Amino acid sequence: MTPLQIIFIINAVITLFAAIKVVTSRNLVHAALWLILVFFGIAVFFVMLDAGFLAVAQVVIYIGAIAILMIFTIMLTRRVAKDSGAQLNSNWWGGGILALIMFAGITWILTHWQRFQTTAPTIPATTDSVRQLGVGLVSPNGFLLPFEVASVLLVAALIGAIMVAREQKK
Amino acid sequence: MIPISWYLIFAAALFAIGLFGVLARKNAIAILMGIELMLNSVNINLVAFWRYLNPEAINGQVFAIIVLAVAAAEVAVGLALIISVYRKRNTIVAEDIDMLKF
Amino acid sequence: MTIETLVWLIPLPPILAFFLIVLLTNKNKGLSHSIAIGAALLSWAGSMAVFWQAVNTPELGKNPIVSTYKWLPLGDKWFNIGVQIDPLSAVTLFFVAWTILMIFIYSVGYNNYGQPKGDHDRPGLQPHGATVIDENGHRHRVPSIEPMYSRFFAFIGLFAFGMYTLVVSDNLLTLFVGWEIMGLCSYLLIGFWYGKPSARAAMIKAFMTTRVGDVFMLLGVVYLYAQTGTLNYRDIFYNEATLHTLATTPSGILGLSTSGLIGLLLFIGAVGKSAQWPLHVWLPDAMEGPTPVSAMIHAATMVSAGVYMSIRVFPLISAGMQEGGQVTSAMMVMSFIGAFTALFAATIALAQNDIKRVLAYSTISQLGYMMAALGIGAYVAATFHLITHAFFKALLFLGSGSVIHGMEHGVLHTDDSIDPQNMFNMGGLRKKMPITFWTFLAGGFALSGFPLITAGFWSKDEILADAFGHGHWAVFLTLAIAALLTAFYTMRQITLTFLGEPRTKAAHHAQETPWTMTFPLVILAVFAIGIGWVGIPEHFPLLGGLIPNWFHEFVGGTLLEHPVGVEFSPWPLITSLVVALGGLALGWTVYRDIPANAPDPVEKALGPVHKVLKNKYYFDELYDFLFVKPAFWFAETFTSLWMDRKVIDGFLHKVAQAVGIIGNFFRNKIDKPIINEFFGDGIGNSVKQIGQDLRPIQTGKIQQYMMFGLSVIVFSALFFYFFVLKPF
Repeated sequence: MTPLQIIFIINAVITLFAAIKVVTSRNLVHAALWLILVFFGIAVFFVMLDAGFLAVAQVVIYIGAIAILMIFTIMLTRRVAKDSGAQLNSNWWGGGILALIMFAGITWILTHWQRFQTTAPTIPATTDSVRQLGVGLVSPNGFLLPFEVASVLLVAALIGAIMVAREQKK
Repeated sequence: MIPISWYLIFAAALFAIGLFGVLARKNAIAILMGIELMLNSVNINLVAFWRYLNPEAINGQVFAIIVLAVAAAEVAVGLALIISVYRKRNTIVAEDIDMLKF
Repeated sequence: MTIETLVWLIPLPPILAFFLIVLLTNKNKGLSHSIAIGAALLSWAGSMAVFWQAVNTPELGKNPIVSTYKWLPLGDKWFNIGVQIDPLSAVTLFFVAWTILMIFIYSVGYNNYGQPKGDHDRPGLQPHGATVIDENGHRHRVPSIEPMYSRFFAFIGLFAFGMYTLVVSDNLLTLFVGWEIMGLCSYLLIGFWYGKPSARAAMIKAFMTTRVGDVFMLLGVVYLYAQTGTLNYRDIFYNEATLHTLATTPSGILGLSTSGLIGLLLFIGAVGKSAQWPLHVWLPDAMEGPTPVSAMIHAATMVSAGVYMSIRVFPLISAGMQEGGQVTSAMMVMSFIGAFTALFAATIALAQNDIKRVLAYSTISQLGYMMAALGIGAYVAATFHLITHAFFKALLFLGSGSVIHGMEHGVLHTDDSIDPQNMFNMGGLRKKMPITFWTFLAGGFALSGFPLITAGFWSKDEILADAFGHGHWAVFLTLAIAALLTAFYTMRQITLTFLGEPRTKAAHHAQETPWTMTFPLVILAVFAIGIGWVGIPEHFPLLGGLIPNWFHEFVGGTLLEHPVGVEFSPWPLITSLVVALGGLALGWTVYRDIPANAPDPVEKALGPVHKVLKNKYYFDELYDFLFVKPAFWFAETFTSLWMDRKVIDGFLHKVAQAVGIIGNFFRNKIDKPIINEFFGDGIGNSVKQIGQDLRPIQTGKIQQYMMFGLSVIVFSALFFYFFVLKPF
């Protein structure tokens, strides 16, 4: 058992535990906080996968923006959801079954994939993935178009969100 | 060394948990949280595949970044919608927002 | 213009007159009769020219004036029609032309041209007199003009065309065409006064009866054509080989040879047309027509056509007979019917009171003479009698018309309501109508066979001589008795009509008729007296040999073998003299000085027999019972009521009902419930139902939607994996 494996297992357990708490806690704010922990764990995974930039982006965007946004929304819609009473709806068992089936199915299919047990190839230490990523994102031979489209999408989302959520003036 | 299978199974589990959250939670924001979980599991998958199968190309990370951006946009819009609905209906329990029915 | 072209043209003027009058000049009476008489004159002139040429042609029988025309293409042959003038048609043409012309002229006067229009006259009824006011203010009634004046001339023009066609034709087909045209005109003219019910009945009776004969004649013509392939006279009647073949081929019916059967069938046509027994019933009734019609059609020409046709086909009838030997069976039938009819009709004529009826029966009787003559092989005698009879019978009929007109004048003058045609209402007319009297007398004597100076004597005597000379005793005796009766009733007629004193006021005031009527009488009287002299037999005492027997020589040449004249014997001459003079004397004795309203002396003498004779042996009633009533029953009850209305209409109603039922079934049992309700509405309703049942799926809850979606994905993925990918 290499150290990497141990870190992996610990991280996985924490993340999964936090995820379960996200979907089961009664208090929404708690759920949001557990969500932040999940995001952290994901970031760690990204680091383990030699995707440093992505890990930082994960932390900044997800934790710094999305989770905060969620907490704000929870606060803004506090009055009704008193955070008490059952948080699971009437068909929760159907969802559970489906989730289990999904998990089982995906796993089972993956086990029949011949490259399931491959190990990580080594990458030369001099690879600057960040620089590569940057170049890829802005070069016309690369992914300039998706990048631009994504930015347009963000603008649209921004404007859309503002429009949808603003006070309706009569 | 860690075979790819560990990452994949982990991502599958996270996905399943997120799915459970989407299907079974009452609160609309909780549903969104479940969606976030699912998106993150997808990201893990993408990066794992990138790292294990084709680390020279940068496609995998780019894909993951785009997914990240999209997730952010979607959350923003979704939360704006929830606020709007809350203002109108005074509720954010998903089950009660059922006007588009027969 | 060649003589052949002239022959073709002879029938043309009358038909042109017909069309002109019908289409153009119907309103103008004077113009119509002028056109008609002009046409008759033209045809007469043409006929005389042709006749003159014919008598000046030696051996006309061997090379007649002939002109043919290819008419119908039949495969590789042609059916030809044409004209032929041989001795028989030449003499026939002669008398036809004269009598037609005379009758046309007579018709002008008969239809009262120049008289005022009648008071109550309507087309379709006889003219009934007009009231005129003379200078003194006296009103008296005079004969009025015939309302359908032009129509009359049109019809007789058409008739003349038919007769001329028949005479000049050279084949049986165009003969038949002329035959039928005359039948049509007879029908139209008998019923000229169609307003009278009796005239209507008579016209139908005439047409139907002659039709019976015509059917058989057509059968004969067709059979002949089938056997020989031609209908041309030269090819059949003048052709030794054809005649021999026909005579020796058995026909399979009644043991007759083919020629005998054909001859018999054709003879039946003549029986119908010439009113022989048993198809005689139409001729007396045909007297409903105007008198010129009776004269022309039913005395001189149309009934003569039957005899003409029989004479024409005589070679066929006599084929197989050796010269002077046994007559063929067809000839036996002919002679029997002819002789029987002669006697039969003569007996009926005794008991008739209407002046025209007597003459009608007399015609039937004389035609019987001709048929009998042919039946015993006396070809030339029959032809001779045909010609003389045409002249004196036309004369007699026209004379009777003149008498009736005179009587009608008297009736109108005195307002006496008596029948102007009944001889017992006449009397003493010789003083009032002298020309009519003398001409009528000439005709009557000719009919009776008054010796030497009348034509009838010569022709009748020849028939009797022929019968006697060839040993046909039965025929001889019958014809002799008939001659006696003929003379008797003729003198009866003359005595009652002209001699003695007038028996009624109308007779007292009778008047002679205008020149248009008396002029033809005179001309015909000349012929009635003189025409016999062309046929005086050679061995006749004193007179024979002075004038050659031109007629025998000329007409005898028509046949292949010139017939030999019979040896002279005094017995038939004596018989003929006795019956003629005796009959005339007897008639005069019995009927002179009959006062008004006295009964007929013969009636008392014959007793119940007279009643039978007066009712014409009840033949009309017999035929009515046997044929007419069953025919009506068949038409009205069987065909119309049962077959047509009950069976056929009933069937149709049932079909309609069935169709209705089927339609109803389809509509109400199949269309509505199954197709409309089950399929049509059913599908609609079930879709609606399904829609309604599926509605609750849309709960509006997105988590449920997601669950559904995911379940579907999961299950289809599993399905896909296990059942699609796995097997491969």
